This record gives sequence, structure tokens and C-alpha cells, in this order.
Amino acid sequence: MSPTTLFGLCGAALVGIGLYGLLTDPRLLRKIIAFNLVGSGVFLLFGVVARRGAAAGLAGDPVPQALVITGIVVAFSATALAVALLLRLHDAGGGATLDAPVDDGGAGGPRS
Amino acid sequence: MSFELFYEVLVGLLVLTAAAWSVAARDSYSATVGFVSYGLLMTIVWMQLHAVDVALTEAAIGSGLTGLVLLGAAARLRATEARVVTRPPAALRVVAALACAGVAVALAVTVLSLPRPTPSLAGATVAALPATGLGNAVNGVLMAFRAFDTLLEKVVLVLSLVGVWSLAPDLGWTGRPRLRHPFADDGVLGFLARTLPPLGLLFGVHLMWNGAVEPGGAFQGATVLAAMWLLVLMAGLGEVPQVRARWLRVAAVAGPATFLAVGLFGIAIAGAFLAYPEPHAKALILLVEVPMMLTIALVLALLVAGPPEPVEHP
Repeated sequence: MSPTTLFGLCGAALVGIGLYGLLTDPRLLRKIIAFNLVGSGVFLLFGVVARRGAAAGLAGDPVPQALVITGIVVAFSATALAVALLLRLHDAGGGATLDAPVDDGGAGGPRS
Repeated sequence: MSFELFYEVLVGLLVLTAAAWSVAARDSYSATVGFVSYGLLMTIVWMQLHAVDVALTEAAIGSGLTGLVLLGAAARLRATEARVVTRPPAALRVVAALACAGVAVALAVTVLSLPRPTPSLAGATVAALPATGLGNAVNGVLMAFRAFDTLLEKVVLVLSLVGVWSLAPDLGWTGRPRLRHPFADDGVLGFLARTLPPLGLLFGVHLMWNGAVEPGGAFQGATVLAAMWLLVLMAGLGEVPQVRARWLRVAAVAGPATFLAVGLFGIAIAGAFLAYPEPHAKALILLVEVPMMLTIALVLALLVAGPPEPVEHP
């Protein structure tokens, strides 16, 4: 098995693992982490395509590589914004999870 | 099985284990630690794919800064995290697992049926690279051939900083983001914050300058600068500037503004937006990269620092 196939399958599995966490974990921080895993899996698929496109003396196609670099920076800014939203929600008493609110009279539960 | 393949299978398994751990761990703090180690392992994967520029970015931003943001949040939420988490019913989780497995399998089939020979822009990039005066193809793509992406990405950075600041409570606008680490007086952090920054500064600028011909570039250099500043701030040796400081706001838009100005200048001189006149391409790219690096370093650090908080009156 070539490294590109191996890591390509790895990227596919990462998308699956991340998607599962995103869907099933009610805690918002965990959803953010899971979403980052999905993104990272997509970046890895891009990286595999880049490596397969090695030509003209380069070890990989530089265009997808550059796109991944841009993607990682954008993913970081989105994560920072999401975490800031989460902490603000938490400080404002809205909790940090999408669980059913535990008998708080329905006040401020983010699920409503 | 050759040693190289054995090593790659091992790294792949470790990556998947760390990813599974950061989804499955009971405690969010442990999950975050898992995610940081996942990022570092991914750096090795990028090296195995011969994408050194991506590996540098993954280590610095994907694992480093993202990890710092997530760890900070996990630490703040830790005290109130519920002991028992109500997950969806088992039947629903099985359906979700099957659906996710379906997506993963579909992607795997796609990977296995990718066309060969692979379409590639490597030849076109190498052919056009001399016109930019750069030697690093990835940097050439970022700064010249797909400069529009890079410009928009800078704008995204600034916009998310505006978003984060907008979350400040009303009284926060006169305050500053708080970043001082609880163990700031412990000695080790202070020692590192006093000794590392000079080296880090040199290394960051080197990464940017050398990025023209070798792996590295403005992003990676800027992240190192941001990390050095964050180290000083976390050790309590400096304060985060007030968000209403005018110099701070000017500096936060200086990078994209210069980029945009050079891009518009390209319409007049080279006939297209973001086009560089050929003999001066390298100089113009450097003119864009230097303010861009300062802006990225500043914005990355401020994104980690979070929204400003109200001044405490003891």
C-alpha cells in the first residue's frame, strides 16, 4: 500500500470519527473539537491529492498545499470565534451543552 | 513490510487513536489534550507526504494555537462540566455511527478510485515561478498565483477578531483580555518567557525571510512571533493592550490594507487586480509580507487572548 492510499484512508476515517462526535456529543466544546477533526480529515485528503500530483521536480502539487495552509488558518479563526461564543454563553448562564436543562425552570436553556 | 511502511502504518494508527480519544474521552480536558497530541502526530503525517510548509503550519497553528484556545476553554469549563452527560439514546447513536461510517466509506472508495495519472498544477507552477522571483513554489502560489485567497484569509482573520471582541460584556470595553496564567509565579514559565523570545523573534523573522526559497513563510513566521508574545503575556511579564488603543486597531488592518493597496496598484501597473509587474514582483511581495506578518502575529495572539474583560475593582 502506498503512503498516499494509507493516509487517504486515514483522512476518510478521520472525517467519519469527527462527524460522529459532532452528531452525538451534546457538549459544545466537544462539538468544536469534533468539527476540527472533520476539517483536518478533509485537509488530509487534500494533502493526499497534492502528494499524488508530484511532478516537475516537486514532491507535491503546490496548489492544494497552499489551499490547505490557508484552510488551517481559517479553521483556527473559526475555532477561536466559536470558543469565544461558547465561553460567553457559559458566562451568561446559558450552559456549555445542548443537554436538556436540569430543572432550571427553563430559563436560558439553549435548547429551547 | 518495509520499515518506512511500518512506520507510516504506526503513525496512521496513532493519529486515528488520538482522534478517537478526543471524541470518546469522558472528560473534556483530557479530550483537548488528545486533540493537541493529534495535531502533533498530524505534523508527522504531513512530513511523510513531503508537505513541509503544511507541516509547519499544522504544528504552529493547527496544534499549537488551536490547542491553546481549546485548553483555555476546557480549563474554564472544567469546574461546571456535568459528571453525567445525557447522550442521545443508543438506537440513535447506532444510526449516527452507521451514517458516519457510510460517509467515511464513500470517501475511502473515492480515495481508492482517484484518477492516475493525477491532474497536477505542479508543472504550471514551476514554469511560472521565476516571474515571481520566489523559489518556494507553495509560497509562490500563496503570494502570487492565488493571492486573492490569501488576501481574503487575512480579512477573515480580522473579521473573526472583530467577532471575538464583539462578545465582550459592556463593561469590558475599558478593560483588557486576561491571559495571565495561574502558575505565572511558578518560575519556569517566567524563565522561559525571559529567555525564549529573543531566539523566537529571530527564528520567526528567519522563517518569513527564508520562506521565499525554502519551506516557511509569513504565516509560519508570524505564528512563532505570536507564540513568543503569548508566552510573555501568560507569564505576566506584559499586559494585553486595551482593545480601544488606536495603534492596535491600525496594526490589525495594516497587513490586509497593504495587500489590498498593492493589489489595486497592480490594476494600474500590471493590468490586473493583485498582479505584480514582473521585474518588481519579489520586492512587492516582500512589501506585502512584512506588514502582513506583523498583522497575523498580532491578530493570532489577540484571538487566543479572547474578548476584553471588565476591570476588577477589589
